[in-house]
This record gives sequence, C-alpha cells and structure tokens, in this order.
Amino acid sequence: MGIIIDENTRAIVQGITGTQGRFHTKLMLEYGTKIVAGVTPGKGGTQVHGIPVYDTVEEAQEKHSANASIIFVPAPFAAEAALEALENGIKTLVIITEHIPIKDSIEVMNYAKQVNATIIGPNTPGIITPGKSKLGIMPAHIFKSGNIGMVSRSGTLTYEIAASLTKKNLGQSTCLGLGGDPITGLNFIDALKMFENDPQTKAVVLIGEIGGNLEELTAEFIVKEKYPKPVVAFIAGRSAPPGKRMGHAGAIVMGKAGTAESKIEALRKAGVKVAEKPNDVAKLLSV
Amino acid sequence: MKLFEYEAKNILANYGIPTPKGELATSLNQAREIAEKLNPPLAVKAQVPVAGRGKAGGILFADSIEEVEKAAEKLLNMEIKGIPVKSVWIEEKIEIKKELYFGITTDRFNQSYVAIASSVGGMDIEEIAEKHPEKIIKFLISPKTGFRSFHARQIARKMGYSGSQLNEIGKIFERLYRASMDYDAELIEMNPLVETTDGKFVAADARIIIDDNALFRHPQYKKRLFESESELSPQEIEALKNDLAYVKLEGNIGVIGNGAGLVMATLDTIQFYGGKPANFLDVGGGAPAEKIATALKIVLSDPNVEALFINILGGITRCDEVAKGILEAKRKIGVTKPMVIRLVGTNEEEGKRILTEAGIPVLESMEEAAEKVVEISKKGGI
Repeated sequence: MGIIIDENTRAIVQGITGTQGRFHTKLMLEYGTKIVAGVTPGKGGTQVHGIPVYDTVEEAQEKHSANASIIFVPAPFAAEAALEALENGIKTLVIITEHIPIKDSIEVMNYAKQVNATIIGPNTPGIITPGKSKLGIMPAHIFKSGNIGMVSRSGTLTYEIAASLTKKNLGQSTCLGLGGDPITGLNFIDALKMFENDPQTKAVVLIGEIGGNLEELTAEFIVKEKYPKPVVAFIAGRSAPPGKRMGHAGAIVMGKAGTAESKIEALRKAGVKVAEKPNDVAKLLSV
Repeated sequence: MKLFEYEAKNILANYGIPTPKGELATSLNQAREIAEKLNPPLAVKAQVPVAGRGKAGGILFADSIEEVEKAAEKLLNMEIKGIPVKSVWIEEKIEIKKELYFGITTDRFNQSYVAIASSVGGMDIEEIAEKHPEKIIKFLISPKTGFRSFHARQIARKMGYSGSQLNEIGKIFERLYRASMDYDAELIEMNPLVETTDGKFVAADARIIIDDNALFRHPQYKKRLFESESELSPQEIEALKNDLAYVKLEGNIGVIGNGAGLVMATLDTIQFYGGKPANFLDVGGGAPAEKIATALKIVLSDPNVEALFINILGGITRCDEVAKGILEAKRKIGVTKPMVIRLVGTNEEEGKRILTEAGIPVLESMEEAAEKVVEISKKGGI
C-alpha cells in the first residue's frame, strides 16, 4: 500500500531533456519507477535513457496513457506545464520546480481542484513509496519500506530524519514533501487523511517549519477528528528572526504569526509528540 | 521585494486611486522647490522599506517652507531600524475624518488571494486584528471569478458605507486588486486609507511587496534589488548575486548547509546546545565546489564569526564537490577560523578522503558536530 504512488504509477517527465530532468529520470528508472514518456516542446522524436520524448503532453497521453507527471520545467513556464498535464487528464502531479510565482501557483491549484487532481509541490523533493516507486529527487538509499508515513515541508531535513529512522529499522510506507512555497497543492491535513486510510501506515511523522499557520490548523484537525494514528512532529526554525525569509519562500515569520513556538504549542496540545532535535523523532516513535 | 512608499503610491495613482499630491526629494534644494510648489502644510516622510516608520519618528509635519527644509534635513540624516534614509516623500497634508484599512494578500490554506478590510486603520493589521477583531472583514477571492466590482461593494457596505461613498470606495478596492495582480503583489495595502472631512477617500500610505519569484516579470524592480538602497546587509547582497540564501543573525557561529529546512534545524540544534548562530546560509541543491567556496567567503566576511559549522546531507549535492570547495576556499582566502564539518550522503567516502588527507576532520552526526562547534565558539575561537 502506501499513498498516492505505487507499482501501478505510470509517469511522464515534463522537462525531461534539461540537466535535472535527465539526471533524475535515470535515477527514477534505476529505482524501478515506471517512466513511460518525456515531454519537452521542440524535442519530440528524441529519446532520453531510452524513454521517448514528445512535444506535447497530449501526444504522450495518446501513446502511453500515463497517470502521473513529474515536472522539472523552469519556473517561468512551470505553471503552463502543470495546466497542460491537468488538461490532458493526468491526476497526480509532482512539481519539483522552485521559484514559481504565487499567482501562477494559485491558478494551477484552482484548476487542480476543479478536475479533482492531486498536486505535490511546487518546490518539493517529491514522493517515494519505498520499494515500489519514486517520483522525486530524493536519494533513494536512505529510505526503506515499513509502516511510518512521513510528510514534510522540507527536503534535506526529511532525508536527515528518514535516514535516522531507517538506521533504527523504522521503515516508511510513503514519504512526501509538500513543498517549501507559500502556496502548495497537498497540505498536512490532506496527507494525514490519506495516511489514515492506508493500512500499511501505523504512525505519521510530520515535519513542519516556520511561516503560515498550516501546522496550527493541522493540530485543530487532529483534535477535532480524534486522529487515530500516533503523530510525531519536528518543527524547524525556533531560532529564526521575524521578517526574514529562511531559504524557502514560505518560511517567514510575519509579526507574531508563523513562529515555531506557536506551532509546537498547538501540536503538543493536540497530543502530538514534538521532537527537540531531528534525531529525537526516531526515539519518540519507538516509545 | 518591498517597494518604497513613493513607488507604491505612484503605482496606485496610475490605477486611478486618489493619493495625496506629492514628490520625492533627495536633497534640501529639492525639498525647498517641492515645498514652494505644493504649499504647506505638508507631510515629510522618510522613504525606507520597513514597517513602523511613523513610530520611529520617520514622519514629520511642516507648516512652512522653512519647516519642510528642517524636517527634510533631519530625516535625510537619520537611520530607521539601521537603514539610512536616502530620500523623503513630501506630500500635501490631508484632513482626516476616519482611518480605514484595505489590503490584499495570500491565503495559504485556501490557496487563494484574500482581501482584508477594516473600518479601523492606521495601525498594523495584526494590531487591528488583536484590538478590534469584530471590525475585520475577510473576503476570500475565488481564482475562478477574481475580485469583481460587486464584491468590492459588498465589502464597502459591511464597512458601513452607502450611496455615492459606497461606489467610490468600491472602485478603489477594485483598482487595488487590479494593481495587485498586475504587479504580482504578495501584499498590497492602503493603511490608512483615509476618509477625508469632505467625505472623499485617499490612500494616505501604501505598501506593496512584490513576490520575489515573479520579479522576472518586473525587470525594473529586479534591477533595483541589487542596488544599495535596500534593507540588505553586504553579505545578503553578495549571497543574492550568487544565488545563495543568506540571513544575518546575531551570534558567532557561521553556518553553511544544503536545504532550507536542514539549515534551519542546524541553527536550532546549535541553539539547543547553548550556542549562537551568526547566519543562515543555504547553498541549495547540487552546489558545485565554486559555490561552496563563495558561501564560505560570504560567511567569513562577517567579523562576528568565530567558528564555522558546515552541515551537508548530500542528495543531489555531492560530498566530494563540497570537500573540494572547502579546500578551494582555504587556499584562496586562507580560512583561519576553526571549522566543524559534518558530511554524509552522495559520494561521502570521496569527500571524507579529500578532507581527511588535508587534515580536516569530518563528523557523521549533526548533533555531535553541533555540540562540538558550540564548545569551540564558547572558547572564543581557537
């Protein structure tokens, strides 16, 4: 099981001929992900690592009927690529691209809602269901199949925590990055609902950071829905000063809103165990 | 990117939103000329892109041309929150009956823009929300329909307006929305939006923050971002030019890492062990050796830095490239500060070999490394 992607996921890669697209297509293929086609306008008829490349998603769909897409298209054109995938019937999108304007992201998310599609990202390392499929740029060897679901707003911090879980023999059902941007597709609550319905997942690790109030809303959700599976969290940015963007476009404390303290307090009140340091997550899960 | 008040007001005026008549002065001569043209009483306002300018004494009123000059002189020699005032905006003083608030920003959870209005204005919106929560009107803007004129009128009615005043203020709201979309604003606000004694509406102050990721659509501002008249420190400007994310902090431990979340967690861990980070620096994914060397140079240009912590978890970043970058920086700029390096992930063995052969020890655990660098920093460097 696991959520969103598995061995039946058939993906296209949009922006497959760029440096990142090419490199990660190779790694995803090595992992066993079923990549069926690539799309780069103007490069139709060529191949990347044996995968056929098309000029349009429409043509790729006519020949391969994929059910997912991973997007490496540069920021100014990424929203266009996402809309193209959605309009051609693809229901799962992973947008790796960083620096997409907010206005463009809002347009994409609104369209995705209308056609009932799932979007992961933008500015995400992607998603991995260990042992089955990986649509993303994460180093695969640090993950291992098991029953912990992981959902995060960060990339390398997720690797840090996943690696420490794997070392302690705590494997993962699915790990996904929501993305570091202010506007993203899936949020923590969506992911928690999916993990709730996944029989493989026994506990969930939630990795948040400063900025916005999604962690607080998630805490409310956990209380209100009496969330049945244990949740352990880590929140990055306790030492972040207000008004400064900490690398991610979405990681900013505005006045008193979005602080790590507020998120940690809300989650603790909801019965979530919050780790002091990244490596404490594994300890809290084992207790 | 935060625009100056005068830039924001010029944009608003171009969209037909009434603003007080005013001009920009960078010298006393200019200030005098403007004062003669506009006729006191006038307001003289320091142009700095930070909030809380009024409280910091950055807005002065003048009843004569001489007073305008004096005010301009005072402000042009002033620093507000560490930023030198390089220009003042001189504008006609308006007769205030009531201060209102109207702004548009993003709503992350609902993945949309949200309009926020209040019949109380003139203070921070956070403060309004705290003191007068019942006076805050929030309207989620549907990406499907956008913000229409009838939405604007609905908000005006809730603020207590009717008749021609409702139409007039409604038009202002609608125009602000158009400006916000055209300029990719992540925040646009009129605070206060003033109802004058004769029943008109004027945007007495305006603030626009342009979405940094959309600056490629606004080249005139992108260019200015690198110029000196901004709130950025020299290290921050250098980082921006090199596509590195850097934030200056108050402590003495320089930090470099890959990935925003990991670097934030690194700072937190340093703090957990009682140390104080000097900065946040994220080299991003897949950084080559030269970029690592540049990052080191930027961090070390902060005189407060007494020890360095490099924390790399290689995914698309290769540990051997990081190791080469560290050696390159050592060779070129002669790093003398003690360094603690944690290096794991892609090509870890090669990276470790390169550093160990050069006599630089490498640790595997982030926590162990953080503890060690804190210990070194407390001894005041070496």
